[in-house]
Amino acid sequence: MKFTRLLTLAVSAFALMVAGGVGASAESTLDIVKKRGHLRCQVGAPAPGFYNLDANGEWYGSDVSICQAVAAAIFGDKSKLEIQSVSSQVRFTALANGESDLLSRTATWTLLRDTQLGLDFTAINFYDGQGFMVPKDTGIKSALELKGATVCVLTGTTTELNLADFSRVNNLDISPVTFEDSNVRNDTYLAGGCDALTNDKSSIASIKAAFPNPDDHLLLPETISKEPLAPAVRQGDGQWFDIVKWTVYALINAEELGVTQANVDDMRANSTNASVRRMLGAEGNLNEGLGLSKDWAYNIIKQVGNYGEIYERYMGGGELGIKIGRAGSANELWTRGGLMYAPPFR
Amino acid sequence: MAVTDSDKASAHVKPKERFDFFHDERVRSVFYQLLTACTVGWLAWYLITNTAHNLEIRGMNTGFGFLTATAGFDTDFKLIEYEPGIGTYGRIFLIGCLNTLLVSSFAIVASTFLGFFVGVLRLSNNWLVARLALAFVEIIRNTPLLLQIIFWYVGVFALLPRVKNSVDLSGGAEVLFINNRGLYMAWPVPGDLFWMTTTAFVATVVGVFLLRRWAHKRQDETGQQFPIFSASVALLILVPGAVYLVTGSPLEWDLPTLQGFNFRGGFSLPPAFLALLVSLTIYHAAHLAESVRAGILSVNKGQTEAALAIGLKPGRAMALIIIPQAMRAIVPPLISLWMNCVKNSSLAIAIGYSDIVALFMQTALNQAGYAVEMVGMTMAFYMFISLSISGLLNIYNKRVQLVER
Repeated sequence: MKFTRLLTLAVSAFALMVAGGVGASAESTLDIVKKRGHLRCQVGAPAPGFYNLDANGEWYGSDVSICQAVAAAIFGDKSKLEIQSVSSQVRFTALANGESDLLSRTATWTLLRDTQLGLDFTAINFYDGQGFMVPKDTGIKSALELKGATVCVLTGTTTELNLADFSRVNNLDISPVTFEDSNVRNDTYLAGGCDALTNDKSSIASIKAAFPNPDDHLLLPETISKEPLAPAVRQGDGQWFDIVKWTVYALINAEELGVTQANVDDMRANSTNASVRRMLGAEGNLNEGLGLSKDWAYNIIKQVGNYGEIYERYMGGGELGIKIGRAGSANELWTRGGLMYAPPFR
Repeated sequence: MAVTDSDKASAHVKPKERFDFFHDERVRSVFYQLLTACTVGWLAWYLITNTAHNLEIRGMNTGFGFLTATAGFDTDFKLIEYEPGIGTYGRIFLIGCLNTLLVSSFAIVASTFLGFFVGVLRLSNNWLVARLALAFVEIIRNTPLLLQIIFWYVGVFALLPRVKNSVDLSGGAEVLFINNRGLYMAWPVPGDLFWMTTTAFVATVVGVFLLRRWAHKRQDETGQQFPIFSASVALLILVPGAVYLVTGSPLEWDLPTLQGFNFRGGFSLPPAFLALLVSLTIYHAAHLAESVRAGILSVNKGQTEAALAIGLKPGRAMALIIIPQAMRAIVPPLISLWMNCVKNSSLAIAIGYSDIVALFMQTALNQAGYAVEMVGMTMAFYMFISLSISGLLNIYNKRVQLVER
């Protein structure tokens, strides 16, 4: 695994070295994607809930759904899609030099990444936060009790930085043990090699679910960081940025307006709600600014579903879901007290 | 050199070679070398400027300014002072370099000793010993190193007792503990007068060196032997020991004690370090053992017979006659072995030891994002170390090769 990873890194670096300049006059990303006939969408190594492989080697998950939604918006066919699984080290380079059209993976939106890596984050599709898990028999009830503890952490993410910040601010003197491989990290945690394990809470939920005795472990209440996860695109192509951003908004608005995969045909034909009609292309010409067909949002909902349906299917209680409750969390719709809020279709 | 008249005459009448610029061998070789140098230089210049240009138009930052920026993350194993939020990326680079050097230098020393030992055992006349050595070599040499590293980490060091049940390796003295968080040992804190003990030690080393020369000289002249080894050991222990006691034992010990979750105080090595050290040592020792065996077998059997014939014991025949000659065949593979040992330590990333790759090329790269610069610096570090090793050993190699008659 490590060598393929190094290879990708080498190839990306080499591409940067020998590639002629990406001409400013080059065609737009939308044109390139259309001409190629499929979308290249980047995810990471399998992470349950977000992107994972099924028995047939097909990708599924909430972030994969974003890829499918963008493909559906452009081609009217969610399967015109190539999923690229790229290591976290080269994810931004691979996007910046044009190997991927879109990055839809658990990448946290931060100022540094937004401004210094040649990419733009579009719209938040999952609000995550870093937390801790401890074995129940330690009797620890709060992360503030972790003074002098050893904590297992995965390298190559914002997690290490958050852990150091949390330790410093609360004077906890936490010692991090850093791992490249999540399996080795989990084994070490289970063998008592560290007192706690830290990661994004959504990820802890899926790790915990896979443990032999999930109930022996406790997710501590503290959330020590903000991890807004959002799809990202290459900087400098406003139209492409809008397409991805409004694809996410279409998913959220559809849920708010009650448009689902099942009733979308009926809604397009019979709805009297102007917002629904404009979104689904029954009236108006909102599609023109995006350079997409009139039924782009219809195709998204018809083929992929709305935000709530995707959440239920992969993050919530669905068969493939990782059972992260949505009610009362930031990922609930704003109308129900959450933070999922999309600008209107008009 | 004597030059006869006829030689002189023939040299004189020989027509002077016409200098033909286009067909002169030296001109041609200089030309091709210049051409190669220019091509390589141009290619390097093109790659560097083009990379910089491409990074710039993609809006990605370039340059080495990040080295003075503060790094916010922490690391569990560091040999120099570092505080997250105060220490810089430059310091992180240094910590990574030192951690890589620490584990690989320990592994090089240990695997060299173990490799020589096993290599000699491979040739033992004792059937069982020779077969055991063979089994060791074959098992270790024929499985991938990464697998062995993970085995030692997950299968051995992670399964040691937990902190609360730590094993006291010093048998109740509470100075050396081991558990699945690492090896904890008491660490000396020198007092005011400790420099005198250090000075005494250095002086004794010089003395032992002089004594050795005197013993050699006497043996050459009179044939009398002097028990140089035991005398040296005795001197090295007694003289500094006496000074230490006379100056009032100026050394405090920082003892590891169990506080809260972990041991505090003393010096500790994480399990990842131990697993890496053990696996690198064993893996490279197995490879070295075969080189040693080949080197010994390359020495003519007549040498052994001659050595035994003049009355040397088998052990001394090996040490004085065979090994010095075998070194000629052993040193070249030894060079590449040591270099491999340093480079293979980068597999540390699999088990979370903070070497330069894990700490700098992985964590720091992800935080700061200067991929091209950071990968370049890491490569430069490995290249510098490898070239230094091969340079030093080549000097040694020249010396042992000269022994050949």
